[in-house]
Amino acid sequence: MENDLFHSRKYIVSGIAIIIILVYILRLFSLQILDQSSQALADSNAQLHQTIYPSRGLIYDRNGELLVVNQPAYEITMIVKEMEETNFDTLGFCKAIQIDVEDFVTRMQNMKDINKNRGYSKHTPQIFIQHLQQEDIAQLQQEKYRYPGVDIRVRTLRNYIYPIASHVLGSVGQVNYSDMEKDEYYAMGDYSGRDGIERTYEKQLRGEKGVEVLMRDARGRIQGKYQDGALDIPAQAGVDVRISIDRATQEVAEQLLKDKIGSIVAIEPKTGEILVMASAPYWDPKELVGKERSTNYQKLADNKHKPLMNRATQAQYAPGSTFKIIQALIGLQEGIITPNTQYTCQGRGSSPIKCTHSHGNLVDVCEGIEQSCNPFFWELFRDLLQQDGYKDKHTLFKKHYENWRNIVTSFGLGSQFENTDVRDQAKGYIPTEEFYNKTYGSRGWKAITIRSLSIGQGEILATPLQLANQVAAIANKGYYITPHFNRHDSMKLDVHNTLVDKKHFDVVHQGMARVMTKGTGRAYNLPKLQICGKTGTVQNPHGEDHALFIAFAPKDDPQIAIAVAIENAGFGSKSACPIATLVMEQYLTGKIERTELFEQMVNTNLIEQEDE
Amino acid sequence: MSKNRNLISGIDWWTILLFLMIALFGWINIYGSSYTTDQTEIWDFSHRAGKQLMWIITAVFLGTIILVIEEKAYDVLGYIFYGAMLLLLIITPILARDIKGSLSWINIGPVSLQPAEFAKCFTAIAVAKFMSRHGYSVKSIRDLFIPLVLIGIPAVIIMIAQKETGSALVFLSFLLVFYRQGMSGYILLWGLISIVLFVLVIRFGEMSIPFGVGNHGFFLSTIIIEGVVLALLIIKEKDIKTTLITAACLVATFGTGLFLQNKTFVNFNFICILSLIICVCILLFQWIKQRKNSWGWLVIFIAVESLFCQGCDFAFHKVLQPHQRTRIEVLLGMKDDPNGAGYNVNQSLIAIGSGGITGKGWTQGTQTTLKFVPEQDTDFIFCTVGEEWGFVGSAGVLILYLLLILRIIQIAERQRDRFSMIYAYCVASILLFHVTINIGMVLGLLPVIGIPLPFFSYGGSSLWGFTLLLFIMLRMDAARVKKQIV
Repeated sequence: MENDLFHSRKYIVSGIAIIIILVYILRLFSLQILDQSSQALADSNAQLHQTIYPSRGLIYDRNGELLVVNQPAYEITMIVKEMEETNFDTLGFCKAIQIDVEDFVTRMQNMKDINKNRGYSKHTPQIFIQHLQQEDIAQLQQEKYRYPGVDIRVRTLRNYIYPIASHVLGSVGQVNYSDMEKDEYYAMGDYSGRDGIERTYEKQLRGEKGVEVLMRDARGRIQGKYQDGALDIPAQAGVDVRISIDRATQEVAEQLLKDKIGSIVAIEPKTGEILVMASAPYWDPKELVGKERSTNYQKLADNKHKPLMNRATQAQYAPGSTFKIIQALIGLQEGIITPNTQYTCQGRGSSPIKCTHSHGNLVDVCEGIEQSCNPFFWELFRDLLQQDGYKDKHTLFKKHYENWRNIVTSFGLGSQFENTDVRDQAKGYIPTEEFYNKTYGSRGWKAITIRSLSIGQGEILATPLQLANQVAAIANKGYYITPHFNRHDSMKLDVHNTLVDKKHFDVVHQGMARVMTKGTGRAYNLPKLQICGKTGTVQNPHGEDHALFIAFAPKDDPQIAIAVAIENAGFGSKSACPIATLVMEQYLTGKIERTELFEQMVNTNLIEQEDE
Repeated sequence: MSKNRNLISGIDWWTILLFLMIALFGWINIYGSSYTTDQTEIWDFSHRAGKQLMWIITAVFLGTIILVIEEKAYDVLGYIFYGAMLLLLIITPILARDIKGSLSWINIGPVSLQPAEFAKCFTAIAVAKFMSRHGYSVKSIRDLFIPLVLIGIPAVIIMIAQKETGSALVFLSFLLVFYRQGMSGYILLWGLISIVLFVLVIRFGEMSIPFGVGNHGFFLSTIIIEGVVLALLIIKEKDIKTTLITAACLVATFGTGLFLQNKTFVNFNFICILSLIICVCILLFQWIKQRKNSWGWLVIFIAVESLFCQGCDFAFHKVLQPHQRTRIEVLLGMKDDPNGAGYNVNQSLIAIGSGGITGKGWTQGTQTTLKFVPEQDTDFIFCTVGEEWGFVGSAGVLILYLLLILRIIQIAERQRDRFSMIYAYCVASILLFHVTINIGMVLGLLPVIGIPLPFFSYGGSSLWGFTLLLFIMLRMDAARVKKQIV
């Protein structure tokens, strides 16, 4: 246009438009290309990652019999923010799941209480109530749409076919914060094996969680699968575990331990597989499942008989007379005695250790075992340690003691078993040279000082598991395989040779066989089983003596080695021996024919006696 | 016949092409943003995309009618249109239903219309008619005052009676038209500086100065005002001597203040005011001495801006509505409120950012299809583009708008009469203002002001309003050929 003084201003106006658009394009460049964080934010908006829980592996016994299975348990979760956004029908909700309003209010308070529920957030599903059965949630399931923010999740809880082996199987419980810190796999509300097999094989049993990625709109409503399930990861079910326990025998063993305090451990000598591990008092494993778990657990923890303690691996007793087998083997191995060597016994007049049984004056090793002759084993022990006297500042004596100790520990005594799936083992104790040096001074102790050791009393301690294993080594004539529960063949290679030669075992076996035919165990012998056993009575300064019994059978081809410890039961022959023979009868013949004895033993109550 | 041929050949088909591209891409994105898993039919008229298609078709029809109408009608009937429009704006709040606090919608049969969207067009005609009068000069106060009244009346009605602040602010875009017509550029600069000062006072107003009375907001504003004055002294007055004297006085004042700050409590508000008074004194002295009016303007500038700084703090806390205040605070990073006032913009930025270079694909944007971004097919439609078409698509849309605006400026410049030229500039300015405010808001650069993206956002009133605006200009442009012959 003519006469336009401001013609050039069109460039400025255009320039303003160009600059604004350029600034915006730069902003887009920075938002869309330079900044990479938005994608994750958008995903966290739109994706709802729902965990798919795998079913936990089952547990079978050695014969493939099911011991532990799963049962569904329902839990109700709430997203508080979504509940707040709507008019939540509290009354209807309470009615649907059959709780009263008061309960609802306290549960809500607990859920929102950051001290009780550290992971609380308004925006994520929080557990409102757990451990519900199908019938508890049936009504809610139908009208769930009425309660926005409320969801029902299925978890699996354990269920047990037989009320046995609680100590071995262990239990499953909710993870705590330290579990979650140690292992990222776990999230709030997850379950994991807390003890026993459940804990040892947790990684195998638990499987792998899966994820289902759902699409969620701005109001939190699910709009179907995200990208048609392209990001989903299916859950992998846990792997089943088969353990070496023999269900039927375990059941018999636990019945026999009814109303008693004690334990039974049985091992298959050839494989080291634990056939029976029972500890009493025990509980029904179902008691530690679901909503009753914490109350029942507390009850067990408060019980003065300490049922939670697995006495098979954690209780330690002096082995008493059962130790005489090893003493005899050491004497034979070290050439102190031959099968024909005889020692004298003055019966009750013997000194320094009297004999508790009446038998002939001259005793050989077989009879010594058969009659559990205390003087025989003292004299043997004395000759072993003093064979070179106390010359050179006791060095030779101590050398012999150390040698004795080495042979004893080669039977698996005095330390825990390594590389095994048996948890919570006590160490036991075989006194060391240093221990006596400290107690009595370097030259203050002689064979006579430690004479109690000769008959398995004194400072020596062993767990029932160690005793059973020691019998397995005797049954195997010189070796044992680390006791274990799993049935992997690799474990069978974990062979430990004792320091006693194979040839010395026959005479000991013979002695143990005679225990059952003529000696302390004769009352409960079952000839067809060819049982070789040894009783033991452990002095208990706090009350009635503890009864021990170790045995294996059959003599020529040992299938089972067993150790039974019954606390406050008096002589080993009285209760421990019949219980052991009954367990062996069950294992070896598949049934119990001595039903009368069985009933009698089951009904023997040794806890009340102690209470009186 | 020849008249029709002239008309068709005179129409600027580039503009129509850009208009159609923007409108159709908008329609595609409205479908993309309102897409849900259970709705798959783009033609379904009960859905937003289907309705928008109907609006586009009727808009094209409307455009065709406008192209047929003789352009003289606007020149002749401009004020009558304007008056009728004012009447409509006034009765709207009486008839309107309250929609989210806004009283701007009236129902005509099945459709609801927003008269404010048409007000821009008729105001533009009236302003163009007045400013194209013979002998008109923006320099004359009276000649500037009347157009200001013409744009001020509808703006005030829309803001106060209809409670649509955003639509009212659009009338500020006419300042650019005045500028092109000769209004001093310093007024635009003045406006820009005022915005900067407002931001400084609000943003830093609550940050007090350690060991002294005062706040960073007023302190920084004072520095800016004095900096601008010094810059103008050098650039415009070329008076280096006065510049140096003023600068030296200011440095001495602030230096004393900072020095004393280590010793004792200092009232920095006082120091700032003192420095401004020193500036004013020097300039007044020069004004009296040299008798040059530009010195006077500088004095007025300092006085007005100083008062403005004091005033905007008051305005911010007392005049603005709480939600408007929060929007500004969130934008300036003074408040972090991702679930409240900041929610829209926050989600919008996530949507755009997650689009990446090429976007997630049409209807595949999770932020938009799952409704995380509110108002996603109207005011926040641009984030659908960002999410589903990525940088390529959203930069493309920006470039389409730039091309359209530049084309309209080009059209304006080729007009042979002032009326159509001024009108075309009005169109360009209004479009630029809408694009700037809308996309600036979506990109988190400007406060949330709810105005639509021209031709793109869902909505019949807005689309028809802009179509009316654009096609009247095209009709005028088509007629320029005829005028050439005459």
